[in-house]
Formats: sequence, C-alpha cells, structure tokens
Amino acid sequence: MTDGSISKKALKSLSLPGGGRGRSGENPGDRAGVQSRRKIIQRVMFAFFKAAAVINAIALMIIVSFLVAKGYRAINWSFLTEPPIDSMTKGGILPCIVGTLCLSLGAIIVALPIGVASAVYLHEYARPGRVLRLIRLGINNLAGVPSVVFGLFGLAFFVVYLQMGVSILAGCLTLGALTLPVIIGSAEEALRAVPDTYREASLGLGATKWQTIYRVVLPAALPGVLTGAILGISRAAGETAPIMFTAAVFFTPSLPTSIFDEIMALPYHIYVLATAGTEIEKTRHLQYGTALVLIVLVLGLNLVAIIYRARLRKRRTG
Amino acid sequence: MDADKGRAKKMVVKNLSFFYGGSKALTDVSLDFYANQVTALIGPSGCGKSTLLRCLNRMNDLIPYSRSEGQVLLDGESIYDPKVDVVSLRRRVGMVFQKPNPFPKTIFENVAYGLRVNGVKDRSTIEQKVEDTLKNAALWEEVKERLYDSALGLSGGQQQRLCIARALAVEPEVVLMDEPASALDPIATQKIEELIHHLKKCYTIIIVTHNMQQAARVSDVTAFFYLGKLIEAGVTDTIFTRPKLKQTEEYITGRFG
Amino acid sequence: MKASQRSGQSRRRKEKSIRILFFAVASASILTLSLIIIFLFMEGVPIFEKVSLKEFILGKYWYPTYDPPEFGIFPLIVASLAVTAVASLISIPLGVMTAAYLAEIASSRLREIVKPIVELLAALPSVVIGFFGMVVVAPFLQNTFNLATGLNLFNAALMLAFMSVPTICSISEDAIFSVPKELKEASLALGATHWETIWRVIVPASISGISTAVILGMSRAMGETMVVLMVAGGAGMIPTSLFDPVRPLPASIAAEMAEAPFRGDHYSALFATGIVLFAFTLLFNLVADHVSNKYRQVGAATL
Repeated sequence: MTDGSISKKALKSLSLPGGGRGRSGENPGDRAGVQSRRKIIQRVMFAFFKAAAVINAIALMIIVSFLVAKGYRAINWSFLTEPPIDSMTKGGILPCIVGTLCLSLGAIIVALPIGVASAVYLHEYARPGRVLRLIRLGINNLAGVPSVVFGLFGLAFFVVYLQMGVSILAGCLTLGALTLPVIIGSAEEALRAVPDTYREASLGLGATKWQTIYRVVLPAALPGVLTGAILGISRAAGETAPIMFTAAVFFTPSLPTSIFDEIMALPYHIYVLATAGTEIEKTRHLQYGTALVLIVLVLGLNLVAIIYRARLRKRRTG
Repeated sequence: MDADKGRAKKMVVKNLSFFYGGSKALTDVSLDFYANQVTALIGPSGCGKSTLLRCLNRMNDLIPYSRSEGQVLLDGESIYDPKVDVVSLRRRVGMVFQKPNPFPKTIFENVAYGLRVNGVKDRSTIEQKVEDTLKNAALWEEVKERLYDSALGLSGGQQQRLCIARALAVEPEVVLMDEPASALDPIATQKIEELIHHLKKCYTIIIVTHNMQQAARVSDVTAFFYLGKLIEAGVTDTIFTRPKLKQTEEYITGRFG
Repeated sequence: MKASQRSGQSRRRKEKSIRILFFAVASASILTLSLIIIFLFMEGVPIFEKVSLKEFILGKYWYPTYDPPEFGIFPLIVASLAVTAVASLISIPLGVMTAAYLAEIASSRLREIVKPIVELLAALPSVVIGFFGMVVVAPFLQNTFNLATGLNLFNAALMLAFMSVPTICSISEDAIFSVPKELKEASLALGATHWETIWRVIVPASISGISTAVILGMSRAMGETMVVLMVAGGAGMIPTSLFDPVRPLPASIAAEMAEAPFRGDHYSALFATGIVLFAFTLLFNLVADHVSNKYRQVGAATL
C-alpha cells in the first residue's frame, strides 16, 4: 500500500512543472525552455547511468585482459601437466587443476541432489505458511554466510568432529553446503518456468503428484537445473576461504588417490604463491598463469551457462 | 427434462458451494449429468462454470485456501468422501483443458503417458492402445507417420485432439472439457465438435463453452450459470428455443455476457 | 471399488512418504545453518573463560600470539565496518544505476551484452580480484598518492565494491523490472519525461527491493574474505585515514587459523571472531529478508 501511495503522490507532483505553469498563462517560450531543460536533465542523467554500466564492463575487461596479457606466456603444455618443482618456484600446476576439479565436482555431487530435492519440495509440495517461510529463511541466510565462516564450520564439523581430517571429502562437503543455496535458487527458477498446464494435464490423467513431478515436471525443468549445476561448479571452483582449513594444502608431491587425501587447488595456490611464498616476485609468472587458468575455467563455465540459458529462454518464448 | 427419463445418472451434484479464500465461486448448485450425453455448461465469464467443472474431478484441490460444501456423486458415491482416492477419481473422470497442453514429449509418449502412470508396462499393449486411441480421436491418419516427433510440432487443433486422445487413453468414464475449442480456428473447432459427437457413444461428456452455437450444436443438455448460481438447466433444444427464465433468454440471445 | 480403494490407500501412503522425504531433504539448509551456529559456538565459546565478552568485543588490542596474549577484536570490527561502508559508497550508486540502466534505459541489444558482463563480474573468483588488487591497484595507489603501502582500506574497499556491484545490480534490477507497467505508463501519459518517471515513480515504487539489494550487497562485502585478506594490509589497528592498512574480521580468521594451536585460546578466539562476523551478516540478511517480505506483499497488492 505504501508504495502505491508514494507513486500516486509522485504522479501528482509530476504534472506540475510543464503542464501546470503552461496553463496559468505564461508565455510559450518559457514553457519550451522548461521542456528543453527537462530533456537535458534526462540526457545528462542517462549518460551517468550508462557510464555506471560501462564502468562494470571496463572493470571486467581490465581484469581479464590484464591476466591474459600477463599470464598467457606462462601457460604451455608442461605448465598444465606437470607438478610444481623447486619449492614451487618452477614447474606446473597439474595437482592444483586436479584438486580444483575434484573439489568442485564433489561439491556438486553433494549439493545437486539435495538442492533439487529442496527446490521440488519448496515449489511443488510446500503450502504457504510458517514452515515454508522458515525453510526459505534458512536458505537465504545460508546463502549469506561468509565463506570464511563456512571454512570454520568445515574445520570444526567435518575435519575435527566427524574426523575426516583435512581431505577432499571435507572440502567437498563444505563447498557443497556453500553451493546449496545457488542450486536451490536456480532449480526453483527452472521449476517455476514449467507451465502449470503440464502439471494439470498430468494430474487430470490420474497421475499421482510424484508421477507428475518425476515424469513431466523434472524432465521439463532439466535444462534449467543443469544450468544451475554448471554455475554451482564454477562457484565452488573459485572459492578459497572454505577450503583453506578443510582440504587444501601448500604442496603435495603426488596426485590424490583417495577422498581422504589432502590436495592442492588453483585458488589456494594463487593465494599461497602471492602472499606466503618465499620468492613472491620471482614466481609472479606462475601466479599470473594460475590465475588465468582459474578464470578461464570459471568464466568459461559461466559463459556456457549464460549462453545455454539464453537459448532456453528464447526457445520458451519463441 | 423429458428426454432424460430412463437414462442413468452418471454424476450428481447436490447443493454444491465452492469458496476461493473468502470469496464464493459457486452457490448451492444442484445438477445431474446423464450417461452417454453431452452436457454443456454456459454463462458469462466468472459465472462459476469452470469452477464447477473442476469440482467434478477435484482439480480444485490444487488451489490453496479453497473449500467446498455440498455433495458430488459419481455412480452414487460421494467423490469428496475422505476415503476416496483423488488419483483414482481422476482416472475415472478425465479432463481436457482450454489451451492445448501436450507435454514436451513425442506424440506417442503423450498418449502413452496415462497408461504408463497407470502401471502398464507391456510395449505392445501400449502401442496397440495408442493406435486405437488416436484413431478414436480422429488423429491417427494425420500423425501415424510421425508418432515419434515432438507433440509441440503439431498444429493447435491437432494438439487439442492429441490432448483428447491422451485423456481417452486411460479409459475414463466421464470426460470434462474446459472450453476445448476456444483457442482454435473454425475448421479445427469443427473437427473437435465432430469428435465430441462421436465420443458420446462411449463416454459421459461435460463441456464448458463460451460459444452459444457450439453448445447448441454439440450438447444434449445445457445448464446456464450466472454469478455462481445455476439459473436454468434442461434439454438443449428447449433451453435455446423456449427458455423458462428471462435471464437465460437474454444471455442466449446475446443481450449480455 | 474395494480393490481400487485398497490400492488407492497404498498409493496415498507412498505419496505421503515421498512428500515427507522431500520435506526432510529440504530441511537440510536449516540443518546446515544450525550446525554452523552450533559448531561456531562450541569452538568459540571457550575463549570467554579467559576474556569477558566486553573485553573481547571492545578490547582495542589484538595480540593473540603475545605473552600474555590480548584478544580484543574492536579494531577488526571497525576495519570490517569501515571497508564495508567505503565499498558501499562506491557500489550502491554503481549497482543501482547499472540496474536502472539495464531495466529501463538500455536497448534490448545492449541489455543482452551488459547483463552477462555483470554476471561474469559476479563469477570472478575473489582470490583473483584480491590478486589483481595486490599486483595492479596497490602499486598504482602507492605511487600516485605516495603512500607507505598500497595495501590498505581504500584498496580493499574498491575491490569489495566491484564484488558487491553484481549482487546489488541483479536484485535491484528484478525490483525495478517488476514495477507494474501501468504506473510507468500513467506517468509518461502525464507528460513526464522518461527520467522523471524513473526518478519519481519507478524508483520509489521499487525502493524496498532496492534496499534489499543494498543490504545484501553490504552483507556480501562484509563477509568477503580473500580480498581483505590479500589487499587490506593486515594491520590490527583502528584506522585513522582512508589509506591506513587494516585487518577486517574475515582476514584475521583466514590468516591466523593455520598457525593457531588446535583448540588453544587463539583457535577459539578466531572461532569467536567468526561468531561476531556471522552475527553481523545474519543481521544484514534478516533485515533484508524482512524488507523484501514487506515488499513482496506490496507487489502483490499493487498487481
């Protein structure tokens, strides 16, 4: 209600500057002046708004092009396929790539089933009421938990309490908890996009609710759910703080062989080389290279998701 | 209602009222539906005819904060009895919707869907049933070459006949149709009407329509609703030529609505 | 009928158990949130046997490894609030204006280019932004303003701003987009320019959604770890200038946890710091939730 009344007030005041004065008999030139002044204000303000949008684009471009320009020289086949050597001042980043893939895929294996099932409950089963509100509140607040707090939680719960130790498993579960709200959000959006007519048709044929969800709703929502999964993977791949205490270590000589191994990961490797290495300046090219690999991975996944989603929307509306 | 004498009452609505939240959508409606007849529900928008239709297979259950009073009987048994399983009810009382709503699956899978959810697994049984049903819905000749194409590639009229076929495949006893031709062109509409005429030999059909001529053409019995109340019901010919009430006459002759 | 009733019963039982199963899974989020709270407290509360809550929150000195150690996180709290505030000064106008541009002004072609850019900005890993702040922005600031270090409050705030712009932008855009078209058309029909319509009708009508966006953006900035860890400078002192190095709460936790002896005082002090950080972001989120719920009702009533 408040919003409605604000806008009504706004509408009233709007009619004053041009229209009101004109009618009270001032000369037309004045009115034209007001008109053109209003147009100029509009043009100036729109230029500001456009500038704001452009600043974002420039920021992204600067960061990406800087990393590409500095990083591409570091990247070659051996950089991608060999482990670091000489206390990480030379060599490649293979263990970090493997580690990041393990962690992000593991996270999605944890979060996807739980996230999709949560979304199904929220969108298909739950009736509006206190329970639904409580669950939503939980999800919203989970989404707002700082990543370092997830790290603390992972340390206290998975690593220490459940005695998983610093391991891939603990890291995947921590990252899974962190990506859960992302998955729920996109899965819910996908379910919302499934027309109600599908549900009605199926129920009208005497299908049960679960048959309807399983055979009609979920297949129709699948592409949207997959988009969300891709975004979840990319989110998990880029996180550092949650894995600092739960999965990642400075250096491991070999690739992991079990989910209870500790591992290296791209984001943590960047952090370590850039802040805690013995020769920060000497390993700059490795830092640039690692950062480039990470953003290619993360932005690549995002681009795939964005393009895929755009196609979906077009197909749905067109 | 002389013409109805001796026919079996398939469904009976007794003093039914229906509420969405606080507002009353149906007030004290009583109406009988006879086996192997087409009953048309007519009336201006918002008069409650679609609400009544959706009460007949409890599709209205899906709406939060809605409730009903009164009784609906199918073969003499109340469908709102707590013991009644909604799913089994909807298998007996099928529904065709206003806008064609095929699933984004193949033509074959659309028709097979109802069979599959009913636990039919045998491939050849399903194939035979799909063919029979599509023939029954007068669609077989048009789609037999492309059963495995997406149903979304069909024309609007074909889609709606597919939806009818889909509803028939589970062998319902009653078929509810919610303005099945309102989104279609005249030729497609004609085909649907012919189909309805043909189907009444095997099914009890209840159809909501906006279109007076359509009601006159396809139905045996017509019921006129206004503001959530049943105003008048009777043999279609009588309703259209000698309505008892002035309100009915005014609506039918196009003076309001 | 009897047989079908029986099969109906078993089917209903099955449907009910499926429903309960989904409910149980959907509770996972609340369960996780509860576990987070429980374990933060389990590990963090022991520190209050050594220092009082008041000393902990308001103590001006954070010397966890000294002998005797001091566990006062006041400078860290001030640092967190300061970087968040400065970041908001940049990110709020930038985010809201970009949102308005996308929802109202941009042609649909430009929109399709700018929107993905904002999304990609959101997707940039924080460690990469932190790294960029270290190797590009820091030297630039140091040289331009002749500072002792480029790793400081301002640098961190600038980086954080770009991390919270996408959050603010996308939620504001949704809010602006969902303003009923009728309101906009009514204003235009009265002879208002497009700008006047945006400023006096559309923004007021979507102000609660925009507020939600701003609060969530600030919450994100406050909880962001890697950026403040890498570029804030790390000095555990109350800042007196925009270019002082600072040590916000998340930076302190991330930097020291590896060195803190397991279940020692330092360890639990860091968990307690985590509680404080969590409490701040929880507060932000609850406020945002409250505002957006109010907003949703209004939206439904207007439509």
